[in-house]
Amino acid sequence: MYWLKKNLPKIVVAPSFAVVLWFVYGFIGWTFYISLTKSKLLPNYEFWGIHQYVRLWQMPRWHIAVENLFIFTTLFIVLCIFIGVILSIFLDQKIRSEGVIKTIYLYPMALSFIVTGTAWKWILNPTMGIEKFAHQIGFENFQFDWLVTPGMSIYTVVIAGVWQSSGFIMAIFLAGLRSIDDEVIKAAKVDGASTFSIYTKIVLPMMRPVFMSAIVILVHLSIKSYDLVIALTAGGPGISSDMPAVFMTKMAFGRSEVGLASASAIMMFATVSAIIVPYLYSELRREQDAK
Amino acid sequence: MLNKKKVSRIFLFLVLGIFVFYYITPLYVMVVTSLKTMNEIREGNLFSLPNSINFESWKIAWTGRGEGTSDVFLKPYFFNSLKIAIPALIISTFLGALNGYALTKWKFKGANLIFLLFLFGTFIPYQAILLPMARTLGISTFLGALNGYALTKWKFKGANLIFLLFLFGTFIPYQAILLPMARTLGLLGISNSPVGLILVHTVYGLGFTTLFFRNYYVSISDEIIKAAKVDGAGFFKIFFKILLPVSLPILVVTIIFQFTQIWNDFLFGVTFSFGENAPLQVALNNMVLTSASVKYYNVDMAAAIMAALPTLIIYVLAGNYFIKGLTAGSVKG
Repeated sequence: MYWLKKNLPKIVVAPSFAVVLWFVYGFIGWTFYISLTKSKLLPNYEFWGIHQYVRLWQMPRWHIAVENLFIFTTLFIVLCIFIGVILSIFLDQKIRSEGVIKTIYLYPMALSFIVTGTAWKWILNPTMGIEKFAHQIGFENFQFDWLVTPGMSIYTVVIAGVWQSSGFIMAIFLAGLRSIDDEVIKAAKVDGASTFSIYTKIVLPMMRPVFMSAIVILVHLSIKSYDLVIALTAGGPGISSDMPAVFMTKMAFGRSEVGLASASAIMMFATVSAIIVPYLYSELRREQDAK
Repeated sequence: MLNKKKVSRIFLFLVLGIFVFYYITPLYVMVVTSLKTMNEIREGNLFSLPNSINFESWKIAWTGRGEGTSDVFLKPYFFNSLKIAIPALIISTFLGALNGYALTKWKFKGANLIFLLFLFGTFIPYQAILLPMARTLGISTFLGALNGYALTKWKFKGANLIFLLFLFGTFIPYQAILLPMARTLGLLGISNSPVGLILVHTVYGLGFTTLFFRNYYVSISDEIIKAAKVDGAGFFKIFFKILLPVSLPILVVTIIFQFTQIWNDFLFGVTFSFGENAPLQVALNNMVLTSASVKYYNVDMAAAIMAALPTLIIYVLAGNYFIKGLTAGSVKG
């Protein structure tokens, strides 16, 4: 009885922990092992070394996916942070209707990527969408067919992705700005610094941790991005807007390349880990230091 | 000086206004498109207003045209999503609260490591667990196929009898097996069912819910807990009588976050379910992607709005809790 009482907390956590251990870490381990086998349609447990990884990196399709991820991630981060910083600073200037404006900036985060993709697919529709509108108001030669142009369709994913997530980045930066001591800004003003230089020289450098968080969030969002691509371009035209997440599911469930798909999943996992592990480490050390 | 201030103020509002326009335009386009007839869509443009308010496409998106099998509409899938979201939400929230409590107020050796592993689990790309998860859910399907194969292609003594027993099994009233089934369900036989998706969302929501409650309970003073312990209150008594009553804010944040995650999920839905068991987002995507010769953009837009409405309403009603959840769920601080 005493033993039970003493160990009750452990007993309570144990089932959840076991579940996470099994379903998260056990499964990752399984995926990793399968990536080292010849598995095709069904898992095959015979060890095959790193052949799947070699195959993966020799595949032009995987290179397209990685290139697209690189394009997407870079533009996604740059645009979201640019928009987020500008809007948060502007909103921080004692705007009376701040609440309403913030609500409008952030509502896309409540939508699913499928809804966002559906909406933008219609707006960017090469014949009926924005192009037609431009024609009707007099720009007869205006052409906007990125959605169906190989090499350009990945940029439509950027457009929709930035639309959805930039408001959220704005909110993170706004929270960061609000946590900065007003005295610092007041003192700089007394010294005659202009508003612009106060922000670029004092405030933004103080927000380094916020930039870090924002980048980590955006990178891991973009590595995971799957729904938006599916809803907007479905990886097309052809395979021109494939991303690793799309590649993986197509190989696993469409092409019966379970081993190869596992290898690509492990590549994604490794990339996220490489970003998240140092981030968590530094975050938690900060928490420890604060104590 | 005053003039310069005024100019910069105007510039400020201009930029903020342009972005209001930028964020709101897609929603505006969705709404007006959903209210137009196809003729109006062909004649007008993206932004033109409908001649009259016409909810016909909303009706079609919700209940279909009554054209039989090729007809995709959202109503049944809407309820599929609810059936998945609500149980998964309740289970993962409750477990998260309990874990958060145990990890912070009853510190034991390894509590921090366990928390760290939970936390890391919330970041993983789901692709890394997709295949094994599909396998776990698919075991019964797989076994079924294997059995069918063995029974037909590798005929052995008694194969026919076994097949008969399988066949008979499909006819029995389910009440006869309900109770023992509930006990043995475990991981088997829940592929392509709400139960399977409930399990998936519960399991992968656990990290988030534990994280939310853990971070909240860390900030609650240990003194109260110590006093209660001295008074002889046990683990569960303290949880239900002291912590849960003050957990309302984090409870709301967690519920909103989990609901939004599950409602908006596409990956799990599309991987672990198909046909009539699919959740709403999968149905919406199928609807938009139909290869039918005529595209009904108005119906697509009506369907998209419907799929977005529950989470949008929550956002409008409880925006602050929504944003708190998003921030906590991604910054993990």
